[in-house]
Amino acid sequence: MSLDTPRREEGPSVRRSSTSPLFALGGSIILVGFLTVAPWIVPAEWSSVLMNFFILVIMATMWNLLAGYAGMVSIGQQAFIGLGSYATLYFALKGVNPFLTIPLATMICAVLAVPITFLLLRLRGGYFSIATWVVSDTALLIIGAIAFFGGGTGKLMPGLQYLSPSQTAHYTYLATWFVALVVVVGTYLLLRSRLGLVLASIRDDEVAARSAGVNVQSARRLIFIVAAAGCGAAGAVLAVSQPFIQPSSVFNIQWAAEMIFVSMIGGLGTIEGPIIGSVIFFTLQQSLQQYGVWYLVIFGSLAVVIALWQPRGLWGAFRDRYHTELLPVGYHLREET
Amino acid sequence: MIWINVVIQGVLVGGFYALFACGLSLMFGVMKVINLAHGDMAVVAGYVAVFLTPHLHIAEIWSLLVVVPLFALVGYVLQRTLIQKSIDRDPFTTLLVTFGLSVVIENLLLEFYTANAQTVNVGALGYESWHPGSIFFISYVSLGVLVAAVAVLAVLQLFLSHTGTGRLVRAVADDREAAQLSGANYRHIFGIAAAIAFATVALAGIAYGMQTQFAPTSGGVNLLFAFEAVVIGGIGSLWGTLVGGIALGMAQVFGAHFNPEYQRLAGNVLFLLVLAVRPRGLFGKATSVS
Repeated sequence: MSLDTPRREEGPSVRRSSTSPLFALGGSIILVGFLTVAPWIVPAEWSSVLMNFFILVIMATMWNLLAGYAGMVSIGQQAFIGLGSYATLYFALKGVNPFLTIPLATMICAVLAVPITFLLLRLRGGYFSIATWVVSDTALLIIGAIAFFGGGTGKLMPGLQYLSPSQTAHYTYLATWFVALVVVVGTYLLLRSRLGLVLASIRDDEVAARSAGVNVQSARRLIFIVAAAGCGAAGAVLAVSQPFIQPSSVFNIQWAAEMIFVSMIGGLGTIEGPIIGSVIFFTLQQSLQQYGVWYLVIFGSLAVVIALWQPRGLWGAFRDRYHTELLPVGYHLREET
Repeated sequence: MIWINVVIQGVLVGGFYALFACGLSLMFGVMKVINLAHGDMAVVAGYVAVFLTPHLHIAEIWSLLVVVPLFALVGYVLQRTLIQKSIDRDPFTTLLVTFGLSVVIENLLLEFYTANAQTVNVGALGYESWHPGSIFFISYVSLGVLVAAVAVLAVLQLFLSHTGTGRLVRAVADDREAAQLSGANYRHIFGIAAAIAFATVALAGIAYGMQTQFAPTSGGVNLLFAFEAVVIGGIGSLWGTLVGGIALGMAQVFGAHFNPEYQRLAGNVLFLLVLAVRPRGLFGKATSVS
């Protein structure tokens, strides 16, 4: 079934964007161009911060897809970050170029997510949340028991040593940036597709969506698999950018905490929210660097305050006030006067 | 012989998990709130017992008498403020808010008390045990915790079925609006339920500290065990939680028998198996999962 595009001549007019699409497109092209050549222009420390920023954007975008659009609060996405890292490590140990393993690791995570959804989607709400954590804990314990991967102490990523340090830095930057771009653009297109409409209908009223023939379970399953693949890709680029891979660091629940807080503060249920949240997160983290883990205390408290008093996040509040969208996924209805 | 030991140690650990889980179960049963900071609250209780009660010049083992009422109060206040506010929004928000609290608590503990492991000092009692046979032993502390767990579950059961407040709690859990129409202040009842849950969590936290070492990050893994006990036993069943805790404890002891690294893994595998084969748990009602 294809979706009929609403016709203009009858009734209210329907528009995607509130600003000119050409304006947004032009801006995007300039930004994408700049970020692609950034490692050759900006200082090396900056490109390494940017790289961590991209990894966080990927994770937060995936978490936002799960929670903000499909209503699944996962606190176990680090399972796929870890599995993505270890899939990369596995192929690299077998002699494959680490950069070429990124898509492979992504696919492996998507495949592994399929049986997991059959277990997890039996649970709802908070039970689903803690069960995702059990899954990630189980993955951590299994990987940590495999001697081939160095057990709990971890292993150095092979296959990067023949490159010069600056080459490694440039390649990992480009790989991370490219994955982040694919994830954000892919999410944007996914949400503009029929699935995006289905998700919006479930979010607004699940019972009504069901009665209109929406298969809620399969929509959720698909989103979970996509998010697992995305987090797997994040794990794969993480593995390439931080050459020593250890179960306790790649399966750390701190990843979940960061992606959750970033999405909440930026704005759940918007594409821009996780990106803006990541900018805020990195600004805070960099400026509070010398104060230990206080940035997490502040960031966590900020997330609680926002969840209670500004549940649409900072971008959501901004958008409601000024009616602007950079990456619109919905439609605007306007009565002709 | 190993089987007898697995059963004995499993029952002892299971008692502790049930004590840990009953607060989680109660808050979900009454408020439909999953408190993701549940494990961290227990750790905070442990830290209060270790660092603050010495100022009162009482032995750490009697810190229970101070910490448990204190946590009941904290539970009531937290319920009436942050948690109630998030319930008023939606169930989704309660998860985000309690998760945020969990991370904030963990990192505050790290900042103030470092990552060093602590224990609640119970003197020589901590090393003593009863040897009914040549190869197995029963630690007095673990036995005490098991007795405490059964006592707490029994008191909770009696409270919910035979007292006026207990009946109000059940009425509010069944139908909040109807109870409100009949004159019950559901927010206050929620507060009472949270106070009870937090009191049990304080007890569990101190019991944990008496048996083993804890650190700021110990909360998470304990939340996992409590949750696994609840799901294995069946969501919504108090005594099911005890059976679930015992089943989980036995699985862990059995796993640890082969390799200490398999302790947690064996528990997780049992949980995932129950989820796959019988998602409502051993004693749960069919509708309680979704």
